Amino acid sequence: MSTELANAERFFIDRFGLTERSLELVIGNALGRRADYCDLYFEYQSAESLGLEESIVNQTSKSVSQGVGVRVCAEDRTGYAYSDEVTFDRMRLAAEAASAIAEEHGGQPLAVRVGEPVRRHELYRVEHTPLEVPVEERARLLGDIDRVARGFDPRVRNVLASLSASRKTVMVVNGEGQVAADVQPLCRLTVTVVAGDGKSRQVGTFGGGGRVEYEFFFKDERWREYALKAARQAVINLDAAEAPAGEMVVVLGPGWPGILLHEAIGHGLEGDFNRKGVSAFAGRIGERVASPLCTVVDDGTLPNRRGSLNVDDEGTPTSRTVLIEKGVLRGYLQDRLNARLMKMQPTGNGRRESFAHAPMPRMTNTFMLPGESSPEEIIRSVKRGLYAVSFGGGQVDITNGKFVFSASEAYLIEDGRVGRPVKGATLIGNGPDVLTRVSMVGNDLELDSGIGTCGKDGQSVPVGVGLPTVRIDGITVGGTRQAGE
Amino acid sequence: MDGTGREKPTLLEWVLDVVKGAGASAAEVMLAEGEALAAGVRLGNVEKLKSSSESRLGLRVFSGQASASASTAEFGRAELAKFAAETVALAKVTGADPWSGLPEPGLHPQHPMELDLVDREHGLVAAERALEMARRAEKAALDADARIKNSEGAEFESSRATVWFANSQGFFGEYSTTSYGLSVAPIADSGEGMQQGYWYTAGRKFEKLQEPEAVGIKAAHRALRRLGARKIDTCRAPVVFDPETAASLLRTLAAAASGPALYKGASYLVGRLGEQVAGPAVNVIDDPTMVSGLGSRPFDGEGVAVRRKYLVEKGKLETYLLDSYSARKLKLQTTGNAARSLGSAPDVSPFNLCLEPGRYDPEQIIRSVGRGLLVTEMIGFGINLATGDYSRGASGVWIEGGELAYPVHEITIAGNLKDMLLAIEMVGNDLEWRSSTACPTVKIGEVTIGGN
Repeated sequence: MSTELANAERFFIDRFGLTERSLELVIGNALGRRADYCDLYFEYQSAESLGLEESIVNQTSKSVSQGVGVRVCAEDRTGYAYSDEVTFDRMRLAAEAASAIAEEHGGQPLAVRVGEPVRRHELYRVEHTPLEVPVEERARLLGDIDRVARGFDPRVRNVLASLSASRKTVMVVNGEGQVAADVQPLCRLTVTVVAGDGKSRQVGTFGGGGRVEYEFFFKDERWREYALKAARQAVINLDAAEAPAGEMVVVLGPGWPGILLHEAIGHGLEGDFNRKGVSAFAGRIGERVASPLCTVVDDGTLPNRRGSLNVDDEGTPTSRTVLIEKGVLRGYLQDRLNARLMKMQPTGNGRRESFAHAPMPRMTNTFMLPGESSPEEIIRSVKRGLYAVSFGGGQVDITNGKFVFSASEAYLIEDGRVGRPVKGATLIGNGPDVLTRVSMVGNDLELDSGIGTCGKDGQSVPVGVGLPTVRIDGITVGGTRQAGE
Repeated sequence: MDGTGREKPTLLEWVLDVVKGAGASAAEVMLAEGEALAAGVRLGNVEKLKSSSESRLGLRVFSGQASASASTAEFGRAELAKFAAETVALAKVTGADPWSGLPEPGLHPQHPMELDLVDREHGLVAAERALEMARRAEKAALDADARIKNSEGAEFESSRATVWFANSQGFFGEYSTTSYGLSVAPIADSGEGMQQGYWYTAGRKFEKLQEPEAVGIKAAHRALRRLGARKIDTCRAPVVFDPETAASLLRTLAAAASGPALYKGASYLVGRLGEQVAGPAVNVIDDPTMVSGLGSRPFDGEGVAVRRKYLVEKGKLETYLLDSYSARKLKLQTTGNAARSLGSAPDVSPFNLCLEPGRYDPEQIIRSVGRGLLVTEMIGFGINLATGDYSRGASGVWIEGGELAYPVHEITIAGNLKDMLLAIEMVGNDLEWRSSTACPTVKIGEVTIGGN
């Protein structure tokens, strides 16, 4: 086992020859300018990725990155400076640049004592990640996926498979003397299948992963399931009809369609947007924003999940936050800055893509709790509608609440039965309104397979979503076929 | 690090020697250094300052026809040597690919090119001046109308970067850039709902930026015109795309014309070279040699000389966008469009992509529409490049009798990209470069608009 796993706190101090005294000096000087808060964020990441196409594992890559970010906050102002050279001099320069944000200059340096590490969760004790597996063995897995996907149907023309894995070691030290460190493994296996029948060409994608060991992909032959699901989606879409356009009843399948919650609800409840009053949800805590069937939570403490963290990127242990309870808006997702300004508690949602970015409130794993209905019952209840089981990306305009997400696998529901596949269905709706139309919630909550990445303000972070089967009475579907055609 | 003299070429040569010694048959190495300063204000107060400095080294090594890519930020000679050797070892266990390799010799630039990508006078703009630019832009937006009541702030950023490149064919090249950008995001509130507006200006030269006040007023106008938006019924109607949304159509076309999408069979443009893919008024150019262009560069991510070319001329697909790998696979020549993120094999991208301006004023284009839609915002990713199926969320302004009537939202624009581009009827004369993609207003004959 590597030393970084054994003692994440010591890792940076040893690696870069830093002393606790030097950290105290940098932070103390930065805080001397009457700042409210200061932290140093150290990061060291190694990553490897393998890619297969046309039955050859022809792409391999690796990367090593490291750096330190210094943040100084004064009231609602943030100064941030970073460098990929981790030395005392660089840190001092960065701290000087960051602390320019605190307008009163020339204060006395503050005495800072680096204390004991923050208690963190133990959500992913991972020793045998793909990084520890010989490249040849990983390449064989991609070869097996290629074979299985091609074997699914003669119309499979090409298979693209990739396995990426990383290990990020982080340490946060702040002006209150708190130290938090973590080692964050992450891996993802993705399969994309291109199918063609001479007339049309379609692409199907499936995959999964998390903060898991390499063996994760072999449990219940997950790798095979990914290959088959991607192939099936591509082949099904070859025969798909054009999606209808207009407002209709939509049933979302379990798991990944939880991206609806992420886009329609989650972003609008991030603390920064609400402090500034620019979210469609601003000032609405305690109001009804969903049907009483809906309880939505964000939970960063689920073991081995892609969106989980032992501590967030400000050193706060992650938690489970109820966003909507039985239809009523309950809480926001907070980082330290926004929690302090809103006089609320941090929720462990302060996240950043890397040392090159200041943290902000972000989601972890966002999902709806299960209800009473069986999925069959829900489908049976719909006379005419759309059953969407998989999605590509989604996006939201948090200010007016409008969100969009695109189905990559969807079917028509006719007289209570799942009918023919349709392609190109985009769902568009209004965040504060869409969940008020939820009329049935299934008992089949599933979390997604571990593929989600969320982008906000130019920063990408891994996230999870989850959903039971739900029925929504009326959402605008953007297809090419007009109703009645 | 200081970026002068022989220090960088020597480092690159040394890395090439190390990988050769470790058994690589060919290699290329790239070093990128950058510095940036950003300053943001919100509601007139300083909100953030950000300063950064980064340098990374990227390496691609070949062992016969197998290759591996890698990047690092650890520059100690011992660490670099270990890293280089590990990359070679990785290449040796990678599958041999008959199409892999460095570009064919002789494609590197023969003469230096004067692209004027650096603003030597201004360099990095200090925090105080940057804050002043952001303040002016936001103030103009807030003062533009009483209904502009909030703001997501304004930000000014300046950066400089240098790229050094060397390969085992003996090519060495370098170039430097500066860039400046100012953006503002005011929020209009009618009392019944909020709408954000966003506008920006960007360029390689500080003096060439739009005045902050003009940026602020435009952003305010874009927020205000969304207030009171309604939903409409599903229909088919002509759609006018404003320059920003039209540019996204253009980027999608370029993605479909890029080598990797083509050889994967994941593009609707497979086998369409020389065919009509857009209306006859459509000319699309990629020009990496544009003086002071935001995407300009003397060579691509493989060190291949770049050139100006028509992607589409009079609606006909004239070329694909290729790097050497996708070119060999498709039995074509590289077009010098290898785009490189340091740690991975090259991808393909246009550099300065534009739809040549046509002859219509945007007002003329609006007037030509009896009943239809002006699209000003699009969200979502509902594009299937393999089929061209297109379905994205949109908002904009409804047009009645050639006049802008009322704002609309929560609608979708759906169709097939092929049909949509073929149905481009009018191209505006309002081309402005604000990013590396520029597009004038365009009008598309008829598209399905999804609503109630």
